[in-house]
Amino acid sequence: MSEIMNMLSYHFMQRALIVGILVSVCAALLGVSLVLKRYSMIGDGLSHVGFGALAIASAFGLAPLWVAVPVVVIAAVILLNLQQSAKVKGDAAIAIISSASLAIGVITVSLTTGMNTEVSSYMFGSILSLSRSDAILSVILSVGVLALFILFYPRIFAITFDETFTKATGTNTKIYNMLLAVLTAVTVVLGMRMMGALLISSLIIFPALSAMRVCKSFKSVVLCSAVISVVCFLVGVCASYFLETPTGASIVLADLAAFGVFSLLGGPRK
Amino acid sequence: MAIIKCEDLSFGYEGKTVLEGVSFEIYAGDYLCILGENGSGKSTLIKGLLGLKAPESGTLTLGDGLKPTEIGYLPQQTQLQKDFPASVREVVLSGCLNSLGTHFRYGKEQREAARFNMERMGIEDLADVSYQSLSGGQQQRVLLARALCATKKLLLLDEPVTGLDPIATGEMYNLIKLINLCDNISVIMVSHDIHEAVRYATKILHLGHKQLFFGTSAEYRESDPARRFLGGNRV
Repeated sequence: MSEIMNMLSYHFMQRALIVGILVSVCAALLGVSLVLKRYSMIGDGLSHVGFGALAIASAFGLAPLWVAVPVVVIAAVILLNLQQSAKVKGDAAIAIISSASLAIGVITVSLTTGMNTEVSSYMFGSILSLSRSDAILSVILSVGVLALFILFYPRIFAITFDETFTKATGTNTKIYNMLLAVLTAVTVVLGMRMMGALLISSLIIFPALSAMRVCKSFKSVVLCSAVISVVCFLVGVCASYFLETPTGASIVLADLAAFGVFSLLGGPRK
Repeated sequence: MAIIKCEDLSFGYEGKTVLEGVSFEIYAGDYLCILGENGSGKSTLIKGLLGLKAPESGTLTLGDGLKPTEIGYLPQQTQLQKDFPASVREVVLSGCLNSLGTHFRYGKEQREAARFNMERMGIEDLADVSYQSLSGGQQQRVLLARALCATKKLLLLDEPVTGLDPIATGEMYNLIKLINLCDNISVIMVSHDIHEAVRYATKILHLGHKQLFFGTSAEYRESDPARRFLGGNRV
């Protein structure tokens, strides 16, 4: 117990826990909709765009979040529109954008700072990377994401369950898809500082999948995945603190364990 | 006054016309069945009626105070929906979205409408049951209840009995006819089951890239398209 109090006495730990819990909840809520709409890979693609943006921001000495948030939001909007056009199919569009941004990021890094710990923390995440101003911005943005999700919950359910019906009965589905993409983009950027560009998509996908194994109504899936996400985050952070393992990877493994447990609880699928 | 009036409608994709010369009228209480083979333009016409696709030419007029967003639509089910984690109540309630206006959450009025329509479909006992655990026939009733939440005047059903067993199919047809007769809700149904169509519907629209027939069921029985569709047999 005293060791946990000791852990909580560090300022960087307090910041990481507050931001981490908020981002975990955002990711879990959005994740349910994204997984059900078969948009899981968007989170992955966006995180690579985020890596490119962070690399450029650090090369030019700019504040990372102020660059990454708008760039990734724009990428999300582009991806969503590409998904709806027939020319480049959705999964191919994501592959193109994510590998291209990764390439831009890697070239920027090698031309400027070289592979240092900062760059490595963008890839694999670091609990130490959140500055005070980053933390404040993260809290504001994630509270915004949560508020929008709760306000538009009936509409998000409707476009997730049946977009055609929702559109036919007069809801502008394009706007709400866009909203979903923008919220996802913000969440991905906020989460990737801690989780790393390569691991952030698991924060979106795992809790939703675990919750769906057991819960059978949309509301219970959403609530359950938020709880799973926060618990796994806390377990992962503590494990990483005490065992000195990387934070992002520890959280992913906690999520994987939860998925295993929930799969067993849910029994075999019919 | 007609609730839907189409005059020489045509639809196309990327400049290629797939359906042309569609002219028909529907009045309150009509039960119209749209027949045609796969690729005959039925789905395109549905999209047009729902306002999801703009016609290339011709006019589509809605009358009697019917708004395009107040058509109770029952789409064909996708695989994605069959495994969707949602309770029956959640699905039915989502049909009330068009009456939500600028509100963010469903109020008493919407909850009451959802309850009433679940009762109408005989699924009120299933309200808290998971949608994915239901049989095909029950799932269709849930979607029909959702469609009824969205409308007071017109149901638009896209092959509502696809994949149902014969008993569930019969129940579904009877349920639709009952809504049509008792609640005076007009019905437009896409089907390729010509026998059932002629039995239940009052009017028939037969499509094959263009309008092959429009008239009452009785007239349709005697028509050439019906005979060709059945390979020479009478209905």
